[in-house]
Amino acid sequence: MRVLVAMSGGVDSSVVAGLLAEAGHEVVGATLQLYDHGAASSRKGACCAGQDILDARRVADQLGIAHYVLDREARFRDAVMRDFADTYARGETPIPCVRCNQTVKFADLTALARDLGCEALATGHYARRVEGPDGAELHRAADVTRDQSYFLFATTQEQLEFARFPLGEMADKRAVRDVAARLGLGVAEKPDSQDICFVPDGRYADVVGRMRPDAMAPGEIVDDGGRVLGGHQGIARFTVGQGRGIGVAGPERLYVQRVEPLARRIVVGPRAALPQHSARAGEVNWLIAPPEAPMRVAVKLRGRELPQPAVIAWDPAAGEIDITLDVPGIVAPGQAAVVYAGERVIGGGFLRAVAPAPVALAV
Amino acid sequence: MIYLDANATEPLRPEARSAAIAAMDCWGNPSSVHGEGRAARWVLEAARASIAARFGPGSVVFTSGGTEANALAIHGLAPGRRVLVGATEHPAVLAAASGAIVIPVDRQGLVDLAALETLLREGPALVCLMAANNETGVLHPIAEAAALCRAAGARLHVDAVQLAGRGAVPGGWDSLAISGHKLGGVKGAGALILAPGVEIGALIAGGGQERGRRGGTEPLPAIAAMAAAAACDPPVFAALRDGMEERLLALAPELVIAGADVSRLPNTSCLALPGVAAETQVIALDLDGVRVSAGAACSSGKVARSHVLEAMGFGALAGCAIRVSLPWNATAADVEGFVDAWAAMRARISRPTTRAPISALR
Repeated sequence: MRVLVAMSGGVDSSVVAGLLAEAGHEVVGATLQLYDHGAASSRKGACCAGQDILDARRVADQLGIAHYVLDREARFRDAVMRDFADTYARGETPIPCVRCNQTVKFADLTALARDLGCEALATGHYARRVEGPDGAELHRAADVTRDQSYFLFATTQEQLEFARFPLGEMADKRAVRDVAARLGLGVAEKPDSQDICFVPDGRYADVVGRMRPDAMAPGEIVDDGGRVLGGHQGIARFTVGQGRGIGVAGPERLYVQRVEPLARRIVVGPRAALPQHSARAGEVNWLIAPPEAPMRVAVKLRGRELPQPAVIAWDPAAGEIDITLDVPGIVAPGQAAVVYAGERVIGGGFLRAVAPAPVALAV
Repeated sequence: MIYLDANATEPLRPEARSAAIAAMDCWGNPSSVHGEGRAARWVLEAARASIAARFGPGSVVFTSGGTEANALAIHGLAPGRRVLVGATEHPAVLAAASGAIVIPVDRQGLVDLAALETLLREGPALVCLMAANNETGVLHPIAEAAALCRAAGARLHVDAVQLAGRGAVPGGWDSLAISGHKLGGVKGAGALILAPGVEIGALIAGGGQERGRRGGTEPLPAIAAMAAAAACDPPVFAALRDGMEERLLALAPELVIAGADVSRLPNTSCLALPGVAAETQVIALDLDGVRVSAGAACSSGKVARSHVLEAMGFGALAGCAIRVSLPWNATAADVEGFVDAWAAMRARISRPTTRAPISALR
């Protein structure tokens, strides 16, 4: 079949293209140019295409497949970078990889693939697509340490039917690199990408500041009682649960408990004050028929933790999922809450800021 | 495979191939004083004379290609003059003339002569205009522009890269740029032709070749191929192109053809399909074995938005246009195959319901 492969220039998607081509499919490679690499790396005279795009082209040439570079700068800026800055300005913590998968990758590339007469869209994500009795199911990858199903929760059922994740069954990254080496791909030992792609130097506050200067305006750091402990240089520098770089000294380490965007205030407290029993998630995507009764599941609230036992209840009127955790956990608004039934992702949403507990004003 | 991207590069003409191969056996350095040098120089000067006879009168400076010929002209003629460039010029000209004043074009892509006349009143100028646009094929009124320049005492540089070999090149210029591979030669040679009396300094001084105007040993095979290609008769295919456009319009009344109402290169068609990204069209056709292009090619391979169509007021439709350019050896069967592939592509591609108002573009 003719299949579109999203090629980032990294080893994972390169192996996907290689395996599909080896299996005899007509592989069409596509690499997204998401931002001006020359500008992002502030290297004068650098081409808009970074090394990753050149790597993807080289792999495609090596495999003898068609390959195209798609200019998605404007779309990426609007759908991902703007959301990134706006989410911080709302006092929440964005999750740009989910937004990118949701828009630039799955929504747009699925449409393009259909226009090009492709029968599937394959990516290098570590997740498994399982044919179930009611259609395609999204499952965790065989390698749980690499599992990316969390970042794919917003993929719609229709997109999932069309998607393929050939790396989902790979035992580990070594196995992927071995395939790359066997196929003779130059990227076999290329290091994994780190952090957020459009902030190559890790200074995301600069990116936010350019788009939403209000999120970088100074404000106060207070305790739960409203007592001012110090100042800060922008709420975008803080995320709930953060314990480093707060800039306030005390007898015990303080953690960000809450961000209050309107007051531009960061509320901090001891670690014990952080965990919460309940949370709400909105902008929900279901990969099953929405449950009519409360349901015992496992919920994953951040990228680097395992799903935790919980009970969820679907509130169709509000379009939100009510989550009650068995063991209280850290709830950072803006992050994804992904609902698992065993290995399977059955839905998810974005964590909402719960109305803050009343805070006594310092007088 | 159907190749309809001649404006990117023409397939090699057999005459050019033979000339290049013969010149490879003439491996001497044309600047050498000995017999081998003389033999090479004989080939070089024959090519120079042939190019001058075809496009002159004038003095021919061989360069590495069209981009360098344009850059050399601007570098040589701009000092002491304001540079005026047409809004739809090729990046080779725009990049060489940073800070230039832009002369607007109308909705058909024709340079605004009244605006040019006004701009010329403001002092000494170098005007850069392309004879034919690479994306739309629209022919600028070079003779009229030349008359305005002459009256104002301004210099006129004409980028004839796309017109050379496809139609009669008008006179009246001070310098003229051509490219070997766009004539059906091999890549690596171009020429700047200077009208009698026009002198310029070198961009690359080097060893003083080309009478001090372009250093570097001349690439003889590429130059010989360019001269041989330039000597070929221009292909006749306006009927082929016009027939193709008629069939496409019958299939898709919403199709917009850029510059359709004015004189164009006989081989070029710029087709805007409202609501369908140019990128999608180029890729879909490529996967079906039909080679066309869109906008200006970036070295990364991405399809960039057309500054030419934006200058013509196409708005969002500028991102929906592909360029079909027939090579010298195009056949009716090629055009037939393209029309079929295009129709299949249009039928398959889903489109948003909102479409650009077409009436506004006519």
